[in-house]
Amino acid sequence: MSNAVSALNGVTWAQGIATVTEVPLQGMITLRGQLTDAKVKKAAMSATSLEMPGHGQANCVDDRGICWMSPDELLVLCPYDAVSTNLKQMQGVLGDVHSLCVNVSDARAVFDLSGDNAREVLAKLVPVDLAPDQFTVGMFRRTRMAQVPAAFWLHDNDSFRIICFRSQAQYVFDLLTVASQRGSAVDVF
Amino acid sequence: MLILTCPNCGQTGEETEFHAGGEAHLKRFGPGSSDGDFEEYLFMRENPKGVHFERWRHVYGCGKWFHAARCTTTLEVFGTYSAQVTEPPKEICDKISKKRPDWSWRAFS
Repeated sequence: MSNAVSALNGVTWAQGIATVTEVPLQGMITLRGQLTDAKVKKAAMSATSLEMPGHGQANCVDDRGICWMSPDELLVLCPYDAVSTNLKQMQGVLGDVHSLCVNVSDARAVFDLSGDNAREVLAKLVPVDLAPDQFTVGMFRRTRMAQVPAAFWLHDNDSFRIICFRSQAQYVFDLLTVASQRGSAVDVF
Repeated sequence: MLILTCPNCGQTGEETEFHAGGEAHLKRFGPGSSDGDFEEYLFMRENPKGVHFERWRHVYGCGKWFHAARCTTTLEVFGTYSAQVTEPPKEICDKISKKRPDWSWRAFS
């Protein structure tokens, strides 16, 4: 059996005003379907033992979570090793409901951006209002990060989780490290 | 800067998060139509100074298409609405009429 590794093998960078870490091997399942359907909700909730998030929200605890991606798409987070079991279980719950669930763990990369200046570092890169009273814990935002698509949420008060495509992991890591260079604090928040 | 609110996911973003999809509410003339109609459908576009209707896609967000009514000179957005309609909804037209009483765009006013 081959040895699974994440895009940047869990690299950490802590020489600047925020700490950038690649979260190694996060299990991710894309679930598409009518989100108002009871079976679709049940499939997501049964895989994570968490409640459904509201519109534009994410409900994440440790390495489990449900993220609201669009009106017909959820991203289900779970431990990497549990993906295939969860996938089978979700497909069982969904039955013949028109839906799709697929393992995307190896197609994405996840970063953790933490430290007192994390909010500011991310605000340099995304066209989103990140003022502390505007972007709060529980919110989930898909947007553009410099030139690539990305999604992020506040994992806890000063740590963001960022998801991007695996092929763009190095680009996103470079962006984050440049934006958090020592001496680059703007002190806007 | 153009600031749009996607009616599908409810998120407000600036224009680089979206992708413009050209003029809205075109009626397709395909095989069997007259050359005039076909040419009109393929090439003839409005280029107004003022009220305009466009298709947009929330390309870096939820990925869904929608319609937007906006002013090409001031970049004021009068409203965004579902992609699954063939003409602007009445409340959008009413909103525009309040701000630009003598507006007209193709067959709508």
